[in-house]
Amino acid sequence: MAVSSFRSDGLNQPELTFGQKLASLNWMLVLLITMIAGIGFLMLFSAANGDVYPWAVRHAIRYGVCLMVMVTIAMVDIRFWIRSAYIGYVLVLALLLLVEIMGEIGMGAQRWIDLGVVQLQPSELMKIALVLALARFFHGVSYEEVGNPLTLLVPLLLIALPAVLVLRQPDLGTALMMLAGSGAIFFLAGVRIWKFMLVIAAGLAAVPIAWQFLRGYQKQRILTFLDPESDPLGSGYHILQSKIALGSGGMFGKGFLKGSQSHLNFLPEKQTDFIFTMLAEEFGMVGGLAMLGLYVLTIAYGFAIAIRCRSQFGRLVAMGVTTTLFLYLFINVAMVMGLIPVVGVPLPLISYGGTAMLTMMIGLGLLLGVSIHRDVRIARSGVDEE
Amino acid sequence: MLKSSEQDVQKVFTRRALVLAGAKLSLVGALAARLYYLQVVEAEKFELLSRDNQFNLELLPPIRGRILDRNGTPLADNQDNFRVEIVREQTDDVALTLDKLASIIEVQEWDVRRVLKDVKRKRAFVPVTVVENLSREEIARVAVNAPYLPGIRIEVGRSRRYPFGEAAVHVTGYVAAVSESELTGDPVLELPDFRIGKNGIEKSHDKAMRGTAGQRQVEVNAIGRIIRKLPGDEGQPGEDVRLTIDVQLQRFANERLSRGQANRLPTDDPRAQAALGQASADVVEAHIDRATVLVDDDGAVVEPESGAAVVIDVHSGELLALSSVPGYDPNPFNHGLSAKDWERLLSNPRAPLNNKAVTGQYPPGSTFKMLTCLAALDAGLASADTRFFCPGHLELGDTRFHCWKRPGHGWLDMKAALAQSCDVYMYELGKRMGIDKIHAMGKRLGLGGKLGIDLPGEREGLMPSRDWKLATRGVPWQQGETLVSSIGQGFVLTTPLQLATMTARMVNGGFKVKPTLVKRPATGGGDAAATFESTGLDPRHLEEIRLAMSEVVNGDRGTARGVQGSEDDVKIGGKTGTAQVRRITMAERLAGITKNEDRPWAHRDHALFVGFGPVEAPRYAVATVVEHGGGGSTMAAPIASDILREAIRIDPLRGGLTRRGTPAGDPLQEADQQGGSRDSADRG
Repeated sequence: MAVSSFRSDGLNQPELTFGQKLASLNWMLVLLITMIAGIGFLMLFSAANGDVYPWAVRHAIRYGVCLMVMVTIAMVDIRFWIRSAYIGYVLVLALLLLVEIMGEIGMGAQRWIDLGVVQLQPSELMKIALVLALARFFHGVSYEEVGNPLTLLVPLLLIALPAVLVLRQPDLGTALMMLAGSGAIFFLAGVRIWKFMLVIAAGLAAVPIAWQFLRGYQKQRILTFLDPESDPLGSGYHILQSKIALGSGGMFGKGFLKGSQSHLNFLPEKQTDFIFTMLAEEFGMVGGLAMLGLYVLTIAYGFAIAIRCRSQFGRLVAMGVTTTLFLYLFINVAMVMGLIPVVGVPLPLISYGGTAMLTMMIGLGLLLGVSIHRDVRIARSGVDEE
Repeated sequence: MLKSSEQDVQKVFTRRALVLAGAKLSLVGALAARLYYLQVVEAEKFELLSRDNQFNLELLPPIRGRILDRNGTPLADNQDNFRVEIVREQTDDVALTLDKLASIIEVQEWDVRRVLKDVKRKRAFVPVTVVENLSREEIARVAVNAPYLPGIRIEVGRSRRYPFGEAAVHVTGYVAAVSESELTGDPVLELPDFRIGKNGIEKSHDKAMRGTAGQRQVEVNAIGRIIRKLPGDEGQPGEDVRLTIDVQLQRFANERLSRGQANRLPTDDPRAQAALGQASADVVEAHIDRATVLVDDDGAVVEPESGAAVVIDVHSGELLALSSVPGYDPNPFNHGLSAKDWERLLSNPRAPLNNKAVTGQYPPGSTFKMLTCLAALDAGLASADTRFFCPGHLELGDTRFHCWKRPGHGWLDMKAALAQSCDVYMYELGKRMGIDKIHAMGKRLGLGGKLGIDLPGEREGLMPSRDWKLATRGVPWQQGETLVSSIGQGFVLTTPLQLATMTARMVNGGFKVKPTLVKRPATGGGDAAATFESTGLDPRHLEEIRLAMSEVVNGDRGTARGVQGSEDDVKIGGKTGTAQVRRITMAERLAGITKNEDRPWAHRDHALFVGFGPVEAPRYAVATVVEHGGGGSTMAAPIASDILREAIRIDPLRGGLTRRGTPAGDPLQEADQQGGSRDSADRG
């Protein structure tokens, strides 16, 4: 029983061998992801004024390492992930708490743990851990149970704990991303529409109260967003320069390595948050749309994988990861174009930064894993087969 | 049951996933739309803003035109101003580098402190000036040691230089930083190093000498560091202005004028030391950094005179010297004069800032008498043979008008009256013709109006008339005032420039020469008849006047016979004048003060002399005013005759006369070595 429990026998599926798994890996998706990371390499090369140092080389090395992590994760049986979902969640939550405590002790506001090799941001990892935990929870409840408000208490708690910790850091952007991503999972799991309406209404009512709890710089960012010209040399400066860079790029851009806004340092943080601006300045709208197209294709693959998956856990993980990718993309690009307030969200796989890439690649590994194990049936409990 | 629930869940998931995908797609669509809006619709606006960011327009100030004298010697030019700068980011230790620099050239402690403060305030790549106005030798020393002076660099700027300093200051004027009120919106005026003409030729020809600024685009980054300089328009350097002034004569006139009757001695001369030993502390202090001392015949230190001298070419109207003393050094204005120094210039009673040659208005005194005679001759009311008896005074109504010679001159004709400067003779002429004829003659000879010289602040002087008095004073003209006017006193006021012009018009054959300071190519080759209209005066009358003026100097009884010179000297003519500034009051008379020298300086008479030479073929006219200098014969005539003879001596057309040796380090000699045209002109 214990041994056979690892076999999915419902449709008489034999356990997949490593070779079979490798063959059924979605290579198109891997290619897409690599292309996006390749764009990142080019842009980081440009950001350093045509030098692979200091960013491009490290970006490539990280991608190589993360690629192996991704494929490894994809190879792991999906049932391992559903079993480890809560444990992983608790571990990452503990890390978040650790960061919080370290901050309290007197190291100032910190968001990462220094592991020597990399600086790990638990809040980034939490985005994936939360997807896994929520997917596991909703995998185990029927549509009728979802209709029961009491059922939702556990997943709400799963969201609330990390959200509060992240807010305390304070990292409003990540907290909102977690909420949005989780909201999407709730929605996909069948939580009734009226409950969303209720939450949205309550949320709007709470805006004036929440405003009181925002930090000064957060308030400033929102105010600046509402009227960027009010302070062109202060907080509005970044977004104004970003818009100038984008606009002056025009249809076809100024050419690779020729973005005057970026190379003369008018553009802030061009290797991280504002890297899309630089891309669109140098390659114009054509380049910007091409890059958006690559992401849309990636997201479309994620959607297809989710739809074709036979387990609710797999579906929710696939859509959860895809939505996380989408949120990164949307928030970052909308921010640099002045559509939403400035929040520190990187452009996935392109911006320079280790944790964000690792997080995204773990997520994509899970997505690929779902694709490979799409036909594996998983018991309600998540442990036993049906 | 379980199966159906499973299917429910999947159905809901699929439906909602589609909704979610649709939402995502529309959000990405919004991003694409925004991208289109920014990069296509608004592209032009942002393109402009981006260029604005990327490029700054840098103005290249034009090189200011020079001021040259008639022989090409620069009176104002541009000197390379070498300065040493330090760039913080290029050196590890600013203080250490400055220390090393100080061991190579002189660096004031004060400068070190200023630099250390400045480099902290400014961005790391912005150069900070350490020392300015370095000599070529100092520059060479810094350049040789450059490898040991990281962050130190040598830059060249330009500053205005006046090699002759105060000798030509009233002609050249000076330049200084642009003041708020002079800003016209021309951006070149806002450059920190830009200088604008504030006085003299620098002011009147400012526009032409300024040139046009060049400009180029400079690529800068977000913090203002210059990344790249693009080639641009070099601009147009300003035009040189060539003057009619002969700086050698100008300097001679200045020196001669300020010396007056005293002797100029080197400060270390024993007689100078002895004189200074007796002088008051104030006087000694005033001489501390002077190389020479003026000592009078009694061995006392005297102040330099205050006055003006004008030398004019009687045929062309070109001014060869326009001297006004005391002067001031125009060089410090370039970098800004200290408030204390400015205050000192303003409060000096001898008004060094005033160009007395064109802005000083003096009663002409007896130098006016030729004009009175000419007016009478022209009106047909007198001839050269007309004789009057001078008993020492003339009664008019119940007023007695005195002659300067109380016992009287006796019987005189016109020539003798001018030679001996008889007042009564002029009273008689004035009484016969009235003020308006004198007024008209004054106008014809250039008095009572601006002559249109290229210098700021020119004054009109005053030629009174009946109409003038009624209009300005509201009371009718009195005959007594005519008598006073006929000897150049009363209301009559003239500038030294007008007196020189008047004299020139009397001796050049009667042409209305206009004084000019700036050489123009088409001046009719110095031929007055071809350039100027006639005064309409009878040449025979002018001849009488010319001979009478010769008699003043060369006659046995002439008032200026003291400046006759020897047989070999060029024969000159002229007329002395002593203009009363204040009558000697009854109180002074009672106190026994009747002599000019006994009165306070500001109450003493002005000494005047107008002259021309050579008598046979007049070429130059001179007018000299020594403020409160006493007598025209004793003070003004010697000065004016020396200046006039010097003008004739150095006249290149006369030839054969060698120039006086000039001391070493003299700007004139420098100009010669640089290939000035002067030598060849002299030999020609």
